[in-house]
Amino acid sequence: MSAFSAVKILPAQPISSRHRRLSPTALAPANRLLGFSASKPLCSSSSVVARGRQHRAVSANVVIEEKQLGSTSTVIGREEALDMYEDMALGRSFEDMCAQMYYRGKMFGFVHLYNGQEAVSTGFIRLLTARDSVVSTYRDHVHALSKGVPARAVMAELFGKTTGCCRGQGGSMHMFSREHNLIGGFAFIGEGIPVATGAAFSSKYRREVLKEEKCEDVTLSFFGDGTCNNGQFLECLNMAALWKLPIVFVVENNLWAIGMSHLRATSDPEIWKKGPAFGMPGVHVDGMDVLKVREVAREAVARARRGDGPTLVECETYRFRGHSLADPDELRRPDEKAHYVSRDPTVALKKYILEHNLATESELKVIDKKIDDVVEDAVEFADSSRLPPRSQLLENVFADPKGFGIGPDGKYRCEDPGFTQGTAQV
Amino acid sequence: MERDPTVCVIGEDVGHYGGSYKVTKGLATKFGDLRVLDTPIAENSFTGMGIGAAMTGLRPVIEGMNMGFLLLAFNQISNNCGMLHYTSGGQFTIPVVIRGPGGVGRQLGAEHSQRLESYFQSIPGLQLVACSTPYNAKGLMKAAIRSENPVVLFEHVLLYNLKEKIPDEEYVLCLEEAEMVRPGDQITILTYSRMRYHVMQAAKTLVNKGYDPEVIDIRSLKPFDLYTIGNSIKKTHRVLIVEECMRTGGIGASLRSAIIDNFWDYLDAEIMCLSSQDVPTPYAGTLEEWTVVQPAQIVSAVEQLCKKT
Repeated sequence: MSAFSAVKILPAQPISSRHRRLSPTALAPANRLLGFSASKPLCSSSSVVARGRQHRAVSANVVIEEKQLGSTSTVIGREEALDMYEDMALGRSFEDMCAQMYYRGKMFGFVHLYNGQEAVSTGFIRLLTARDSVVSTYRDHVHALSKGVPARAVMAELFGKTTGCCRGQGGSMHMFSREHNLIGGFAFIGEGIPVATGAAFSSKYRREVLKEEKCEDVTLSFFGDGTCNNGQFLECLNMAALWKLPIVFVVENNLWAIGMSHLRATSDPEIWKKGPAFGMPGVHVDGMDVLKVREVAREAVARARRGDGPTLVECETYRFRGHSLADPDELRRPDEKAHYVSRDPTVALKKYILEHNLATESELKVIDKKIDDVVEDAVEFADSSRLPPRSQLLENVFADPKGFGIGPDGKYRCEDPGFTQGTAQV
Repeated sequence: MERDPTVCVIGEDVGHYGGSYKVTKGLATKFGDLRVLDTPIAENSFTGMGIGAAMTGLRPVIEGMNMGFLLLAFNQISNNCGMLHYTSGGQFTIPVVIRGPGGVGRQLGAEHSQRLESYFQSIPGLQLVACSTPYNAKGLMKAAIRSENPVVLFEHVLLYNLKEKIPDEEYVLCLEEAEMVRPGDQITILTYSRMRYHVMQAAKTLVNKGYDPEVIDIRSLKPFDLYTIGNSIKKTHRVLIVEECMRTGGIGASLRSAIIDNFWDYLDAEIMCLSSQDVPTPYAGTLEEWTVVQPAQIVSAVEQLCKKT
């Protein structure tokens, strides 16, 4: 059953009447995030009793209907469940190891860990094909792992070694893998969204201009709640809807942009509502429940693949650690953290698997052990790998090195008599 | 675009309108709306979109309706266009061309009369080229499109009305090569874009006065063609740089330092550099004229440099 099946498509109608139709729910308490608000809302609706938001699916010319997606209604098979379990366990275990390695001085800089948000990465990315693309943020290690980049390559990148997925030239916030169509970790807020939109444009272009009819590639663009107040987000929602690009905008709303509460930063905190404003479905989903995420993701990805255009999905989630390992994390209240920790997505999935007899405790332990070994092995691999040699410094500045002042022999280009011959091998 | 179906154009009014300066006139009719994509006014995002498309196999030509508007896309041009090839460890290439009408026009006011070369030149991974004639505009544009590097191609608003007979057969120029405009023995004048015409105007006067200047249009603003430039300096031993760029941190400043680093021993006089003034381009015609270098200044600079031995 489609996650959007409760949405009733109506003939296009004047915006004013549409607005009226939307208003009963659209104007509902906007600043309640699964019952938690980090600070007092500034607006008058603060008097509204806090309550959990329900899952909603909306499209521009549809009547809103609310739909409760209970995980009990979701049927998943054993194989699927174990794949998700393994992926989430890997994400969690890898990030915990990163923290250890950071404190041991094996990796440096800003390291943003994904703990707590695993359901989003797993729920979305494990549904993709190898050809589909993922565009991530600075919190990108786990997206890379879910997309299939080997833990060794990610860890070695974090250690700044030549065996890293970017030869040690990218680092924590700039993970790329052409082989896995991971089009990057983008460290500045919002800057990855246009790139993701471009990747989706390429898919459309391949299908319609280059006549590669089998090209059904989809791009997922991940970003956080803070990004949704950035112009690039809104500009790209417009372009993606305008050209019906095969993209899913996945908001990982973890309620905090470093120390800025989402509620203090955003006039209307319900991000999913911006989808319908641009003519695409907007969906809010519990980002701590991988089954719910997966169900929404399945429909959104299918919609993109069908050529029906983009979807905005707001996953409400939480990071269990500070913004980065350099963040003292003093602003988030202990009870808020405890609330979300009690909803740990990895624990919830484990419980679900056991309750539904999809696997036994000992089978899950085997997976846990396997993951421990994978992460240990990644650390050993990274640690024993070579540091980049000096000669690597000037490589890859230009794809066509003739554009660089240094020739292939390491000499300044003006000294090379062939300097003026040819440019891009035209 | 006929040769390679992955080449597409992205920008404001590039399609149905044919480009603000009609550079892409007729292309949308010929190649369709998707290959000549009219975008919303969202420079940072459509530039980023071009970069994403380039990373996934297309070769977009991104137009800044006025090059100054690309300041709104500076993050994409700098962080993503310039750096991604490197940060991805060489995995992704970004074969885009970023182009548009730039430079100081006729009383267009400060924002539409930007000298952006200085802003872009220090972005690692970005190649900069300035065209100055119909012939080299075509040849450099083709080379830029075929290059695997991201290339910023500077066009000048005041040069669009130039007419020249160009060859019917296919030709492509070298992106990194300077153009010898007028060979001479006495002094090397290095210039590019519109200032080439101010220099040539001055050269006429200078020749009448008995001087023999060598004029080189450097074209490649990054990297510099120090081979051609060096050979000229070894012959003339004197250098005058004439540019429309800002004096502070401009192309001329970089060029001067590259020449000092590489050819100091060949110089018989200090290097002079005539740049435009470090002011927001004024609206008033007279003030605007004084902002950019005029032929008379070039004449007297050459006279001054050639007096000294």
